[in-house]
Amino acid sequence: MAAPLTPESPAALADAVRAHPRVLAIGARTKPRLSQVPEDVTLVSTRALRGIVEYEPEEFTFTALAGTTVREIGEALAEKGQYLPFDPLWFEAGATLGGTVCAGVSGPGRFRFGGVRDFILGIRFVDGLGRLLRMGGKVVKNCAGFDLPKFFVGSLGRYGALAEVTFKVFPAPASRLTLKLPTTGAEAAAHVLTDAANSRWECEALDLLPDGQAVLLRLAGPAPALEPVSREILARWPGRVLSAAEADAAWSELRELRWTHPGGALVKVAITPATVPALATAAGSLDGTRVHISAGGNVAFLSLPPTVPPTALQERLRALNVPAVTLCGNAPLWCGARATPAITRAVKQALDPQNRFPSTED
Amino acid sequence: MADALHRLAALLPGDRLLTRPEQLAVYESDALTAFRTRPLAIAIPETTDEVVALVRFCHQERLPFVARGSGTSLSGGSLPVADGIVIALNRLTRILRLDPDQRIAVVQPGVVNTQVSLAAAPHRLHYAPDPSSALICTIGGNVAFNSGGAHCLKYGMTANHILGIKAVLPTGEVVEWGGPSRENIGPDWCGLFNGSEGLFGIALEITLQLLPKAECFHTVLAGYRTLEQAGDAVSAVVASGLLPGAIEIMDALALEAAVAAVHAEYPPGCEAVLIVELEGTREAVAADRGRLDAIIAASKPVEMRPARDAEERMAIWKGRKSAFSAVGRLSPDFIVQDGVVPRRRLGEALRRIGEMARETGLRVANVFHAGDGNLHPLILLDGRQPGALERSEALAGRILKLCIEMGGSITGEHGVGVEKLEYLPAMFNADEMDCMMRLRAAFDPLGIANPGKKFPRAKVVQCVPPAPLGVHPLGCGVAADTLKGGHPTPGQAGGTALL
Repeated sequence: MAAPLTPESPAALADAVRAHPRVLAIGARTKPRLSQVPEDVTLVSTRALRGIVEYEPEEFTFTALAGTTVREIGEALAEKGQYLPFDPLWFEAGATLGGTVCAGVSGPGRFRFGGVRDFILGIRFVDGLGRLLRMGGKVVKNCAGFDLPKFFVGSLGRYGALAEVTFKVFPAPASRLTLKLPTTGAEAAAHVLTDAANSRWECEALDLLPDGQAVLLRLAGPAPALEPVSREILARWPGRVLSAAEADAAWSELRELRWTHPGGALVKVAITPATVPALATAAGSLDGTRVHISAGGNVAFLSLPPTVPPTALQERLRALNVPAVTLCGNAPLWCGARATPAITRAVKQALDPQNRFPSTED
Repeated sequence: MADALHRLAALLPGDRLLTRPEQLAVYESDALTAFRTRPLAIAIPETTDEVVALVRFCHQERLPFVARGSGTSLSGGSLPVADGIVIALNRLTRILRLDPDQRIAVVQPGVVNTQVSLAAAPHRLHYAPDPSSALICTIGGNVAFNSGGAHCLKYGMTANHILGIKAVLPTGEVVEWGGPSRENIGPDWCGLFNGSEGLFGIALEITLQLLPKAECFHTVLAGYRTLEQAGDAVSAVVASGLLPGAIEIMDALALEAAVAAVHAEYPPGCEAVLIVELEGTREAVAADRGRLDAIIAASKPVEMRPARDAEERMAIWKGRKSAFSAVGRLSPDFIVQDGVVPRRRLGEALRRIGEMARETGLRVANVFHAGDGNLHPLILLDGRQPGALERSEALAGRILKLCIEMGGSITGEHGVGVEKLEYLPAMFNADEMDCMMRLRAAFDPLGIANPGKKFPRAKVVQCVPPAPLGVHPLGCGVAADTLKGGHPTPGQAGGTALL
């Protein structure tokens, strides 16, 4: 395959889309399965579409080109005491903002205030007709037009090529505290997740570690408030407060997906806390499969060793009736339960009538 | 049409298909009372199956339909169409499931907003979006217009709380998107459906996320000599790194109205009152309240009044939430506007609105979500005076254009409806409008779902065949001139226009 094109402006991205009958925009390819498409598709990299276009800390908003890395964003926000509350994944690995939107992946912090979909405000994108369009807005509240920015979250670049995105941000909490609560078995862990999620504590993140041995619970807020809340939690369940260094290491391990099998499939599954035990059983039946449960039991990342046939996973996820998408490795793109009503094709046809972007099945 | 109505009668018992003029009159208008249109009939389904059957009937007969909840739309979102029917969803009021462990509720579209929080309250949960009309507006309407409220800065709008939607599309297709999980796989169809103003069909079952109720609040009311000072106080709060649950401002005229309506008490001699509310665990609020109080004290208010207990907090909110309807006491009629400006330009926007009001000789009360930059100028008028409505609408239009010029939006939470039809093309260029029209046509090829809202009523979109690859396409959609004008205005809205 030829080296990807690297347009340097949104207009050049539109030119690139118009110049090729089949196109897919790619970012840093931290989720390579999403750009594993037929050979006749020309890949257009957003590598040179990089930089913050506007950042107004007092507005709680920024606009950046799609190829800007989430790390660059994170660092610019941190300088002003702000952050993206959904903890973008593959932060160190160079994930881009556009890729994060199109893949629809959020990190552990999405538990408290929501995920990518809850912070995206506006987009500029190139549609299948090669037009550079703006949808949504640049202010924190706006309901003019159709909410295509939200639709693009999880759209895998199949409906358009993202050039620019606008996000809402929040002031960063003054301090954080992480507790590690050992658990035995998925059932018990699911109870901890549910009870903590429904508590008065306002947890920022609530995850079951890939080894299945402990729940990691993060508190955020003014420093004097965290210690008494943590004591209350530790009176409820055994566990301990992690040191700052331990906590950083533990969250970084999850955020960077370092716990996954190199070369194996990585699948995102939308679940509920009630399905955690069944999912754990299903994963247990696939030798060596690791599961990270995040967002208080609302999402699971499954990592398969390269030896496990991906079809086996697909069968199990369909049996559980949970939807899933493969981010890395060699497994079917849509790996779980899935319905494709007629409107799916009609909207694809509306935004991309010439099928310039890969089909939603590729 | 009489034939179609006759066939429609086979779908519902006679007492649930209203066609007599005195019955239709009740549905002629919504909360945008300047517009009235008499529909052909009102269909009152009691089950979601009946809703699906009605929509399929409309599709088959090419009969326009307007879904309606409680009719609280301030943009005319549920204004009927003269050649169509209204599908009234007020009897679909079941909360189908409330799962406190998963913190979700699955509701029918006619469930009233506050009913969800009431049902969730025994589990210490609540449904966060709280439009001022929460006591009567329905979840179906909230979804259609992506309603907001006073807590959007921290918690987002309706769309941020909708996890799943089962809907009947204008083609009659029934779809299910999302579900009980807070995470989604694939494109966010629920997000797209939210705020589609009824153009994408009717939601039948809606899965809502519930949140634990905040344990503790700290609500401060502060009065200022000038609106600018109140605006500066907002900037100071925002710059402090605190994340309040709500930041609201009311101006002198709105205060006067709230005093008249609910006997609210405000510091005397103030041109503006600011309300800021912190919420969180008792430990977090205890840690932050001193900081907030210090920031507000430093902003030189005439007086500041932290609520000392739950009762005082409720009184503060009662005054704020009553302001819209209270303005009705100051004036026979009023128009509520809903623009958004970047927060740092709030002071400037308010000053310009004040100037424009003086030029026009109209009184404008301002009640707004300052934390979001979401303005709600209430233009006071007496509709019986000749030309008053036209002058008010012209002023409203100038305010919206100001919002666009400042980089904001023509609507934060009320939607475009019929009221702002001519301003959407000022925010989006012809290609962007065309893209939205194509989307609309994908959902509704016949153009029968809530026609004339968000976009002017136009002929069915005809797509040109795709251009050869590599050639800049001609695009498709309605001709540019049909995007302008043609929207119902009083007197031509298909019925008698009255105030």
